[in-house]
Amino acid sequence: MQASDRFNINSQLEHLQAKYVGTGHADLSRFEWTVNIQRDSYASYIGHYPMLSYFAIAENESIGRERYNFMQKMLLPCGLPPEREDE
Amino acid sequence: MYLYSLTLQQATGIVCAINGNFSGGKTQEIAVARGKILDLLRPDENGKIQTIHSVEVFGAIRSLAQFRLTGAQKDYIVVGSDSGRIVILEYNKEKNVFDKVHQETFGKSGCRRIVPGQYVAVDPKGRAVMIGACEKQKLVYVLNRDTTARLTISSPLEAHKSHTICYSLCGVDCGFDNPIFAAIELDYSEADQDPTGQAASEAQKHLTFYELDLGLNHVSRKWSNPVDNGANMLVTVPGGADGPSGVLVCAENFVIYMNQGHPDVRAVIPRRTDLPAERGVLVVSAAVHKQKTMFFFLIQTEYGDVFKVTLDHNGDHVSELKVKYFDTIPVASSICVLKLGFLFSASEFGNHGLYQFQAIGEEPDVESSSSNLMETEEGFQPVFFQPRRLKNLVRIDQVESLMPLMDMKVLNIFEEETPQIFSLCGRGPRSSLRILRPGLAITEMAVSQLPGQPSAVWTVKKNVSDEFDAYIVVSFTNATLVLSIGEQVEEVNDSGFLDTTPSLAVSLIGDDSLMQVHPNGIRHIREDGRINEWRTPGKRSIVKVGYNRLQVVIALSGGELIYFEADMTGQLMEVEKHEMSGDVACLDIAPVPEGRKRSRFLAVGSYDNTVRILSLDPDDCLQILSVQSVSSAPESLLFLEVQASIGGDDGADHPANLFLNSGLQNGVLFRTVVDMVTGQLSDSRSRFLGLKPPKLFSISVRGRSAMLCLSSRPWLGYIHRGHFHLTPLSYETLEFAAPFSSDQCAEGVVSVAGDALRIFMIDRLGETFNETVVPLRYTPRKFVLHPKRKLLVIIESDQGAFTAEEREAARKECFEAGGVGENGNGNADQMENGADDEDKEDPLSDEQYGYPKAESEKWVSCIRVLDPKTATTTCLLELQDNEAAYSVCTVNFHDKEYGTLLAVGTVKGMQFWPKKNLVAGFIHIYRFVEDGKSLELLHKTQVEGVPLALCQFQGRLLAGIGPVLRLYDLGKKRLLRKCENKLFPNTIISIQTYRDRIYVGDIQESFHYCKYRRDENQLYIFADDCVPRWLTASHHVDFDTMAGADKFGNVYFVRLPQDLSEEIEEDPTGGKIKWEQGKLNGAPNKVDEIVQFHVGDVVTCLQKASMIPGGSESIMYGTVMGSIGALHAFTSRDDVDFFSHLEMHMRQEYPPLCGRDHMAYRSAYFPVKDVIDGDLCEQFPTLPMDLQRKIADELDRTPAEILKKLEDARNKII
Repeated sequence: MQASDRFNINSQLEHLQAKYVGTGHADLSRFEWTVNIQRDSYASYIGHYPMLSYFAIAENESIGRERYNFMQKMLLPCGLPPEREDE
Repeated sequence: MYLYSLTLQQATGIVCAINGNFSGGKTQEIAVARGKILDLLRPDENGKIQTIHSVEVFGAIRSLAQFRLTGAQKDYIVVGSDSGRIVILEYNKEKNVFDKVHQETFGKSGCRRIVPGQYVAVDPKGRAVMIGACEKQKLVYVLNRDTTARLTISSPLEAHKSHTICYSLCGVDCGFDNPIFAAIELDYSEADQDPTGQAASEAQKHLTFYELDLGLNHVSRKWSNPVDNGANMLVTVPGGADGPSGVLVCAENFVIYMNQGHPDVRAVIPRRTDLPAERGVLVVSAAVHKQKTMFFFLIQTEYGDVFKVTLDHNGDHVSELKVKYFDTIPVASSICVLKLGFLFSASEFGNHGLYQFQAIGEEPDVESSSSNLMETEEGFQPVFFQPRRLKNLVRIDQVESLMPLMDMKVLNIFEEETPQIFSLCGRGPRSSLRILRPGLAITEMAVSQLPGQPSAVWTVKKNVSDEFDAYIVVSFTNATLVLSIGEQVEEVNDSGFLDTTPSLAVSLIGDDSLMQVHPNGIRHIREDGRINEWRTPGKRSIVKVGYNRLQVVIALSGGELIYFEADMTGQLMEVEKHEMSGDVACLDIAPVPEGRKRSRFLAVGSYDNTVRILSLDPDDCLQILSVQSVSSAPESLLFLEVQASIGGDDGADHPANLFLNSGLQNGVLFRTVVDMVTGQLSDSRSRFLGLKPPKLFSISVRGRSAMLCLSSRPWLGYIHRGHFHLTPLSYETLEFAAPFSSDQCAEGVVSVAGDALRIFMIDRLGETFNETVVPLRYTPRKFVLHPKRKLLVIIESDQGAFTAEEREAARKECFEAGGVGENGNGNADQMENGADDEDKEDPLSDEQYGYPKAESEKWVSCIRVLDPKTATTTCLLELQDNEAAYSVCTVNFHDKEYGTLLAVGTVKGMQFWPKKNLVAGFIHIYRFVEDGKSLELLHKTQVEGVPLALCQFQGRLLAGIGPVLRLYDLGKKRLLRKCENKLFPNTIISIQTYRDRIYVGDIQESFHYCKYRRDENQLYIFADDCVPRWLTASHHVDFDTMAGADKFGNVYFVRLPQDLSEEIEEDPTGGKIKWEQGKLNGAPNKVDEIVQFHVGDVVTCLQKASMIPGGSESIMYGTVMGSIGALHAFTSRDDVDFFSHLEMHMRQEYPPLCGRDHMAYRSAYFPVKDVIDGDLCEQFPTLPMDLQRKIADELDRTPAEILKKLEDARNKII
């Protein structure tokens, strides 16, 4: 690898993608994008206690249960991934 | 418009709580995080929770952990927050502050998926701390000591694993081997790639041990083992010499003991018999109790049941795991077991409790064990139990919590001087209507009627060294009554006091003699019963008197002052006379300073609107030292000495100070600082207290001198945590008061009002509001006021609960079952319990046990009419058939046939998940009957969606039904559609109207301004907001302005630009032509955002109100976490400049404790705009003195002036 390669846009992007989960790329599918957004949202709900309580009141569940449900939903936030079209 | 934001009531809910010895020594404290506030609590010797310290950190605290370095006596606090930093705090007992020991940055700020802060775990030996995120990132910091025994922290070591969700984190106790941390992890990478869903169904949670190799300074994944897929929480099991080490994995329905190289030991969590089969049992909080010889765990499930978990172990081998039913207390976010035998439960919703252990669950009870775990074809055999009343715990104190504050209105229903805040709080069976009044709560000890109207009251001790008062002396217009304080308070005649004359003052003089000042002289009663009488010269009488223990000054009619001093033998000696220019209005002498023979200052108030300070020193006796002119004649004077403090339990350090307080005839309290050497007056502040001239009395509160001001209501001036507070007491008007101390009541106040003598005590200091609670049945949603009758109509609804009849039936059934001992495993003990329970009035109060869970599509709801004056429910309609009320409003239809009607929007069979669904929506119209006390259904109109918003508009009813805004008129059988607009983006959740404008709030798209054209019968949107806002609360501020709050914790104001507004009003088509040109589905005009502020808490209600009589209005808000705040508009540009500069300096000089940048926090979602954070400014007095002076210099002011400004700003709001 040449020294200049480290600074070109692609390697910078790769670095970002490795470091920050959810950094997009040109071939990002709609599904992948949504999954990221959903996971970010759930993480934000879990992190902000007042918001978690707000959901807990709406669903009449305990806050602990609500947090667990959100964690569980992070596995498949948007259902199953679509069939991949072979290139 | 610039606003000053101030929190009036801090958040009362608790996010997490930990216990430890934070101040060092033996006492145990509890550190609690209330969102953006970190508090330190301590149960005192009476078992009451006291707040020792409270600090706002301007950031979201998400997790706390405590650790102790080996051999140390003191615990440190590790804070995981949204700051992207790890912060280690130490409580400084001397200064009563949290010192930030370390702050290390590791990531971006904000609550993000991969930025650590969600979990904090510490090595039980205090050698390392792990901080984790929901996904991927985990960092380990090594903690150590340097040569001077200070705590050091290493650079972070990474233990990341990408595509992995982390459920829980804890330290593993492995003695002094390398520290190990355990995590429940779930890898999702394959599930994301596999469209068949096979990978997702096979996704397996793992328990992973991370080992920190202290020698290599490296973290490695040591062990990873599949774990039950319902796992959600880890608890450290004591290790080393104390236990088997390893972790308890709490999973849905199970508790599993796991350790490396050890087979899993699993036991089921017993289930309530009435729990639907499809529901699991999840552990939400846990605590461990460790003694020298044994340890056990307490785990609490999502239904509130607490179980005791014990391990039978032999060395490192665990042979049996037992889960035994312990007790049921309200669901907690954290529970803490204190060494003193207390259990602190930080409730998720509602009041927090402090419990004392009566037993530790040694008696037989429903128990499940790993040894008799039965596996059947359908899984493991469950164990059932029936909740019973508390057996092992007893509640000894509770801390009020408003969380969640669902709705709030500031009203003056009781026609008191200040309005009351009516708030709907709590959830399910613990819901309540709380009436908040600004002021301190008092406890009335005794009220007794007196013969005639007393004019004054004093208490005296017989000897200066006595602990308690000996007499209560009451003066009438022509007599004096002496009551002795003993077992009972009774009248005595042998006290030596003259009872045929009114008294002006009664006091202890010298060490052991008593003095009575009456209009004709001074009666001096010596300890041996000798009486010396000093008579006034000629026909003059004494009008006013000022005294302390050694000095007396009397003012004769005509304005002559005579000064007496008690000499060495206790004799009162006349020292000096002085002729004042006119009659004296009031007098006071400062208390004798410690170790001195006399106080130097006498204050004299005259009717020429002046207050003079006179010297009492022998060399310049009765010479005028300074003069202060006041706005009205003074009525009462009081010197209040504030002792120097260097922090400690009382709070911030401040130098000793002497304040002269004058109550003026116009009802103003005027407070000035007296220079302790020269007697010069400076730094005056005034505050209007009430319509009557305030009378001032010195009393003692918590061993410190405080001031009681009696105007049209009583006020207390006291120092609390370094702040001077002047707070009203929630009590009736008093005439005269004196401190009172007896063995039943160490620090009370005796007072006269009307013809009664009242003795009361002042409860918790430092609170802004005191509350009266009216319990409700279900989670309250909204309420309205019946405008004429002053009745409240509350709608309550709960999802997944049984109706009252179903519950009653189930309860009967369960008691029958319990009575014959057939429930659960048929324990013999259960029979006894059943019998015991019936003795109690309410054996299973829903408040404590919660409602039994029903399927999630079941709804219960009721409409309640409540008379707030008597706190009684006059009418309660329970809705049937899964119908739940969502919105309510009062409406007067223009035909006036029925007068005021009540409209209630309901939904039948509402379902949120998996898809929002409903059977039908209805709008009920009720008629008030029996003077508004009862409701009668007029008719019910079916609608196609959820009617979330209702509002009266021009004699008709406006309803927001899903995305449709519709205008209804009243018909005989149903409501009649008149007009509608279907162009709203999502769901209408609020409607407010003003003249012909309608302000509609959308659940997701902020405000829409609409107009109704009567001639064309059209509703149309002429302006909207360009920012998507998930509205949670809204309030109409003025013709062009709306205030709103969104789900993410922001408060904002939008305004229609002036020119646009005028154009629309002048346009004959009302801007309709433009409306037709709207682009991209939006309205043609856009509103401007004029104010923006991040509160950091979900705001549930907004209202414009004034909390002080005659004061200007501010926007008040209430939040889910139970805090109440206000936004007050500045009236002068100078104030805006001053406060914005103060805020700027505070940001620079005093960055928030948990590492979040203040400006970034207040701008978390949108940049803060035109709001100055009063909470930050009010931290100014807690700064060190030199920093205060530095900031004050920058602002060209003195620190005292800044304090005055802050006090003024607060006094404008409350």
